[in-house]
Amino acid sequence: MSVTTLPTTAENTIIEKAMDSSRRGSMPPRVRHARWMDAAFERLTNFSAFCVFSILAAILVSLVLGSTLTLQKYGLSFIWTADWDPVQEKFGALVPIFGTLVTSFIAMLIGIPVSFGIALFLTELSPAWLKRPLGTAIELLAAIPSIIYGMWGLFVFAPLFAEYAQPALTKAFGWLPMIGALFKGPPMGIGMLTAGIILAVMVIPFISAVMRDVFELVPPLLKESAYGLGATTWEVVWKVVLPYTKIGVVGGIMLGLGRALGETMAVTFVIGNAHQLNSSLLAPGNSIASALANEFTEAVGDLYYSALYELGLILFLITTIVLALSKLLLQQLAKQEGRKS
Amino acid sequence: MGNPIFRRRRIVNKVMLCISGFAMIFGLFWLAWILITLLHEGFYALHWSLFTEMTPPPGSNGGILNAIAGSLLMATFGTLIGTPVGILAGTYLAEFGRRGWLAPATRFINDILLSAPSIVIGLFVYTIYVAQVRHFSAWAGSIALSLIVIPVVVRTTDDMLKLVPDSLREAAVALGAPSWKMIVFVSYRAAKAGIVTGILLAVARISGETAPLLFTALNNQFFSLNMNGPMANLPVVIFQFAMSPYQDWHRLAWAGAGLVTLAVLALNILARLMFSKKT
Repeated sequence: MSVTTLPTTAENTIIEKAMDSSRRGSMPPRVRHARWMDAAFERLTNFSAFCVFSILAAILVSLVLGSTLTLQKYGLSFIWTADWDPVQEKFGALVPIFGTLVTSFIAMLIGIPVSFGIALFLTELSPAWLKRPLGTAIELLAAIPSIIYGMWGLFVFAPLFAEYAQPALTKAFGWLPMIGALFKGPPMGIGMLTAGIILAVMVIPFISAVMRDVFELVPPLLKESAYGLGATTWEVVWKVVLPYTKIGVVGGIMLGLGRALGETMAVTFVIGNAHQLNSSLLAPGNSIASALANEFTEAVGDLYYSALYELGLILFLITTIVLALSKLLLQQLAKQEGRKS
Repeated sequence: MGNPIFRRRRIVNKVMLCISGFAMIFGLFWLAWILITLLHEGFYALHWSLFTEMTPPPGSNGGILNAIAGSLLMATFGTLIGTPVGILAGTYLAEFGRRGWLAPATRFINDILLSAPSIVIGLFVYTIYVAQVRHFSAWAGSIALSLIVIPVVVRTTDDMLKLVPDSLREAAVALGAPSWKMIVFVSYRAAKAGIVTGILLAVARISGETAPLLFTALNNQFFSLNMNGPMANLPVVIFQFAMSPYQDWHRLAWAGAGLVTLAVLALNILARLMFSKKT
């Protein structure tokens, strides 16, 4: 054996010689054509990937360029100024930022427990034959376009909400010292609470899908040992499954939060589009996305445009950070798992 | 059995499982409520004139033919622009990018784009296209939609190609196939169902997208196939008509909403059926 094996250096020179001769064009034209096609195909896919890679940066640059005027004029104070007066050209982002954060917070408050319940039901309780249809039904909830949610919210949900739920809420909580202020005001149906509830319905499918997927990553052995020790189903989920998957669960919540923050049409229909800061959740407000949707095509003057661009920039930065965090957390869970997500 | 701790644990378990069941019902309840409303209102508004007449001024009868045509046209061009880029980029991620920084970085950014607020994409296309040529146009709308198609297609193509076993690739290369032939005739063929599913899902996603079209294609009261001018489309027509105070416009908006939802759900179910048949 040792006689036939060449020293590695000799082997390398042979390979190099062979490659040299092929470079000089001594290979048949068909092979050369194939090589050329290979290189061209790889370049093409590489270029496409690079295009996708640069979209995010391109969006960021375009938004920054669009908002230079207000960035220069107001600086950081844009974020905590509550004025929004196109006539006198005074702009501040506090009201839309506040509305975006409050509606998303309400959505998370309702969406997280419900999604957890749905994921629990789908992984632990549902009979096997029901799992697929129920899972598909929840996923279809995510497929319904947001404008449909908005329209439905405006025409169907808001009137019912104003007639039954809002008076009840005001009656039940309105007298409380601190929380009472949140539920004061005339029952109009549209407002931040309505927007938050509709957002909650919209993010439930996203969060519950991620939760279900990470719950299924838990090794059966772990669950079986807990059951074997006499744990109830709830104890297994709460003390074994949830601690095991907590990073993934948080990742799923962040994904839902990212969706809720950037949601446009559904919110635009039901938030009321009023540039006022209100302590009551029943009062109309505004969110970044709905301010853009309503005002951008009708804006007059460079400063107005620039202010709207800066709103877009703020929204883009917030959602990108939230989504990046979500992705990082989910990646970490996958790494722990030793398998790809 | 009389052990109080045991009884408490059992009761907690029952209560929590009941709540979980209610959460499931809660989710299904909204789906059912929205679908029933749409069916009811949409059916009530359904009429042949929807498909034969243009969007009317308030107070007169009409249909939404121009919006349907515009939506179909822009969704088609959006898909045609977005799909090749998406498939090629997905191919790079799964086939060539096994080493190096570009593939993981692109994968990360693509996942962010997948959930990026669509209104920002509208703003972006407004800046790079509409503001440059100084008029709203259907091309701008198609480009905005293609930017939503791309991440969906990249993600599914990447995922599906990664499922193709390496032994298939090795077999093709061992027979002397150049790598582009290996990818086109072996990998793509093996992952065909998944990739098509991804495209269908992307089409479903853009058929209902409103926000990116607001600043790009805008709207048009008349029938137009001119890709260089503003063009009517279902989502924006629904938005404008639903926000208006006119009763007959509301009815048309419901009809449009019913059509869009029907199309989107049908595409979703079709995609699922196709995928489940193959795997």
